Amino acid sequence: MLTLSHLTKCFDGATALDDVSMMVAPGERVALLGHNGAGKSTLMKIVLGLIPHDGGTVEVLGARPGSGAARAGVAYLPESAAFHPALSGRETIAHYLRLRGHPAALAGALLDRVGLSDAADRRIGTYSKGMRQRVGLAQALIGRPRLMVLDEPTSGLDPVSRRGFYTILEDLAAEGAAILLSSHALTEVEARTDRMVILAQGRLMAEGSLSALRRAADLPVTVELTAVNGARAAILDAVPGGELLGNRITYRCRQDEKMGLLRRLSAQSESLEDIEMHPPSLEDLYSHFSRGAAR
Amino acid sequence: MIRVLSMAQTEFRISLRNRWVAVSVAMMAVFSIVLAAAGSAPSGTVGVDRLSVTVASLTSLGVYLVPLVALLMSFDAIAGETERGTLPLLLTYPLSRAEVLVGKLIAHLAVLALAVGAGYGLAALAIWVWDARAVAGLPALWRLTWSSVVLGAVFLGAGYALSALARRPSGAAGLAIGLWLGVIVLWDLGLLAALVADNGGWFTTDVFPVALLANPADAFRLYNLAASEAGAAAAGLAGAANAVPPGAALASLLLWPLAALGLALAAFRKVTP
Repeated sequence: MLTLSHLTKCFDGATALDDVSMMVAPGERVALLGHNGAGKSTLMKIVLGLIPHDGGTVEVLGARPGSGAARAGVAYLPESAAFHPALSGRETIAHYLRLRGHPAALAGALLDRVGLSDAADRRIGTYSKGMRQRVGLAQALIGRPRLMVLDEPTSGLDPVSRRGFYTILEDLAAEGAAILLSSHALTEVEARTDRMVILAQGRLMAEGSLSALRRAADLPVTVELTAVNGARAAILDAVPGGELLGNRITYRCRQDEKMGLLRRLSAQSESLEDIEMHPPSLEDLYSHFSRGAAR
Repeated sequence: MIRVLSMAQTEFRISLRNRWVAVSVAMMAVFSIVLAAAGSAPSGTVGVDRLSVTVASLTSLGVYLVPLVALLMSFDAIAGETERGTLPLLLTYPLSRAEVLVGKLIAHLAVLALAVGAGYGLAALAIWVWDARAVAGLPALWRLTWSSVVLGAVFLGAGYALSALARRPSGAAGLAIGLWLGVIVLWDLGLLAALVADNGGWFTTDVFPVALLANPADAFRLYNLAASEAGAAAAGLAGAANAVPPGAALASLLLWPLAALGLALAAFRKVTP
């Protein structure tokens, strides 16, 4: 659906994208992660054919980005979607439907699907940011797009709408649409996407599923335990290497040492009140890979 | 075609909601009626009907007002979309930039035609109530009406070009006012000054007619005055109308919209959202 190879883009001498290669297959949901200015929006605009690129090749649905064939099959949801405030939601969606060659009468059903049927005939000028975002999603759903490019799609949505939004994405992916979305909200893409791509300063730092990224980063697992009264010293004697903090002891170890540590701790189970384990979070992974760019 | 019409329909609806239709119709109507009332009072019995006389005054009104209304509607067309952030999304849809421009042009031309039609129509109606002979002036009025819309198309295209060049609505508005002043007011003043200084030399015979034809507003005025029987009754540049064949003025007037739209498209193609 989408293939980028060795994509490079410069703005006035500053490198915005540097040798980025990636692909999105049909039915796959890929999250593009990165700080502001990491190159996410630039990458998306190149894929959409809105701005030209300087080096490498981009193939969208087997065609040149921005060509008629590519535009016909690609849907876009811009970051903070904007529409003319004097038009109603229904008029706006009807217009976009006609531009894609579909009957304007489908607007009602699309607005229904994103939960805007009550406000369909009010002017967009009266909408909240979340409602405008949903109009943006409705226009992106027109005509079963084969590739969806969504720039920060859930910004401004409340948690319930977010869940609804990801359910719609799941359905679309199940029908074979390829989805590329960017996000700041790491915890929500964690469970809702198939693969993640981390960009930092225009370079692709890491790519893969969450577990693959965890293995690649090899970040320490944290084991926190609460000792029963007076047993702290005994535990630290038996299993050295822990940090004492109040009544709690914290151990950090590599992934492959985790089971050994747990076995030794379970030998002390009478002295333990509680035990908690934290795998490296997506935030940890993200800052690990982002730091890699600075070095 | 459906896409262009959808652009036009949406754009027309926006013009209605923004009160652009109401403002431009009211403006044209008020000025036309004032001119009809003022213009028909002193004419008395000069042999031509009152409508033909009023058409000459309406021509002078149209030269100022039609480009102004056209520029006011068009300066926001691209810069406004850029500022609102609606342009990137529109350009990912399967329609070309030419289709976007033509759609907007159709809508704005429709608004202009409504305004011009209402204004001139009311003036004609008012005169016909006083003087039934005014029917004789109808061909001149019809010519004025369609040539006003053509003149409007020139300045709509120019407005789109400025809008694409400026990127921001405030900048585009400034450029539009500058263009209006330059083409409508200063051009004629400059020519007049040069004529006086030249005192019947090669400028008057060779450059002046070409300079008049090169300006769409002057071509519009020349065409209407030369074709009108009341040409002699009108003051100002009417004398110059004799130096330029009406056919050349018409050709200039018809070529300018294409040139302006071409410029607009070239400028719009350079815009990266």
